[in-house]
Amino acid sequence: MHKTIGERAFDGFNAALMVALALVTLYPLVFVLFASLSDPNAVVQNRGLLLYPKGLTLEAYKLVFANPNIATAYVNTLIYVVCGTAVNIVMTSLGAYALSRRNVMWKNTIMFLIVFTMFFEGGLIPLYLLVGNLGMLDSRLALIIPTAVSAFNLIIMRTAFQGVPVSLEESARLDGASDWTILARVVLPLSLPVVAVMVLFYGVYHWNSWFPAMIYLQTRELFPLQLILREILIANDTGSMIGSVASSDSMPIGETIKYATIIVATLPILFLYPFLQKYFVKGVMIGAVKE
Amino acid sequence: MAQLQRPGAPNPQQQKTFASDRFGRRVIRDFKINRTIYLMLLPVLVYYIIFQYGPMYGLQIAFKNYIPSKGFTGSPWVGFDHFVAFFNSFYFWRLLGNTLLLSFYSLLFFFPAGIVLALLLNEIGNPRFKRTIQTITYMPHFISLVVIVGMMVDFLSTNGLINNLLGQIGIGPVPFMRDPGWFRTLFIGSDLWQNIGWSSIIFLAAISNIDPALYEASRIDGASRFRQAMHITFPGILPTVTILLILFIGRFMTVGAEKILLMYNPVTYETADVIQTYVYRKGILQADFSYSAAIGLFNAMISFTLLVLANAIARRLGESRLW
Repeated sequence: MHKTIGERAFDGFNAALMVALALVTLYPLVFVLFASLSDPNAVVQNRGLLLYPKGLTLEAYKLVFANPNIATAYVNTLIYVVCGTAVNIVMTSLGAYALSRRNVMWKNTIMFLIVFTMFFEGGLIPLYLLVGNLGMLDSRLALIIPTAVSAFNLIIMRTAFQGVPVSLEESARLDGASDWTILARVVLPLSLPVVAVMVLFYGVYHWNSWFPAMIYLQTRELFPLQLILREILIANDTGSMIGSVASSDSMPIGETIKYATIIVATLPILFLYPFLQKYFVKGVMIGAVKE
Repeated sequence: MAQLQRPGAPNPQQQKTFASDRFGRRVIRDFKINRTIYLMLLPVLVYYIIFQYGPMYGLQIAFKNYIPSKGFTGSPWVGFDHFVAFFNSFYFWRLLGNTLLLSFYSLLFFFPAGIVLALLLNEIGNPRFKRTIQTITYMPHFISLVVIVGMMVDFLSTNGLINNLLGQIGIGPVPFMRDPGWFRTLFIGSDLWQNIGWSSIIFLAAISNIDPALYEASRIDGASRFRQAMHITFPGILPTVTILLILFIGRFMTVGAEKILLMYNPVTYETADVIQTYVYRKGILQADFSYSAAIGLFNAMISFTLLVLANAIARRLGESRLW
């Protein structure tokens, strides 16, 4: 199709704008990556943008990986991500399956009770007191059980389950399959893209979550990575990580340690992300289109 | 046998007997047929009752003086004392103002940005270029708030990247993170950086649902791409915009408190402290449970009222709505 001059000008302008947006989005992360690989003194003396790592060194990463706090926190985060996401997926699929069936008398009542919690909630203080009364303060359970199901994700999954052709279930039922079998062998395998999205959403939530850990946990050995990151990045406490390094050059290495910690804490998600991207766009659309 | 009957729709005769049955018999029958379904629902229901409705039950402490040893139920009633104390406190107007202003700026700058980005992405002809831009702009959504704010603290410190660049053109150093005047700009700006791409997804989904025949017809009529965007694409996504606007208004009082907690410091409380961050400091840090629960309840009530109002207005205007 022939384009007018105005349309060509717009296309050029639009492309330039999008490239600029992409650069603005990427550069802060690229800067952190380059700085983490640079010589600490060069980073501190550097007065502007970094276009490549200055004086390539892995010193900061060595200190990060050698740090027992970070190692413990990393393991803790993995525990919270794996166990938390497993609980989330089991609970969400059970709820979504049950509420996607027809001819269940209390279905709409229960659905209303669940959706209502999206718009009105008891809030931080009663929840905190409740978790305390249940004896979960300062235990790993506090980071897993109180967030076992998200109403929003349950709705997305239920919508996906409703899209599974009825005939497939009926033939399974005629073959003697129970609801458990139909969920595990028919409905879930046919909804894999949505399950992938749910794993991503819940998994990222657990990986990035810091606030519940801050209010519920006291024992440092239970802290997830994000809580340690907060100390290093925001409370600016790299002292414990530098340890034996002489005090005169502790400042510069502290800077690159910060950058290296950011990379170590963010890379797993950024690695997974491109593989899952096609799924989550699909998942968001299911939620968006049919809600 | 009972299992086999469930999936099929009940035939008219059955329906008639259902209607004449007593309610209790229907309930028992439903439980017999669907016992596996209810067994599956049990853990989910227990979760919702304990962790969602439990805190709602606990909200009664907003009208009591909560004494930990006596629990939610046993603590003595004080009526609306905590609410009155909050309304009369020095912080009330500041907290309310900060909360509403941050939300308002977010509505003004963040909300339309996602729509504009979706419209611009939609105009890109080359699918590979479009996908690349989408991949890049969605990505920051998955970075943790701790890392985002940590990067801000680093880049915006007086000897950080931004001030170094500003210094080269003779400005600064500006103490961004310690200046109350900069807080709102930084909060909204970093939110744009992190989430503009993500917020465009839902509008792109809506655009992809528009009937292509509309574009073809308008092209035959000689409509330019700009006119197509204004008269087909934008009206096409308007129902989605309305729904999201209602949801946005429902969250008006819950502006990213977790991010503010990471970003603010006593120097910037003046513009940064919102109702939910105050609830956190009063309730969790100072253990003033009843008072902070009352503030939380006040906040939740306003949120809920706003949501209902926004929905009612959308209904009145004949727009799409939540219920």
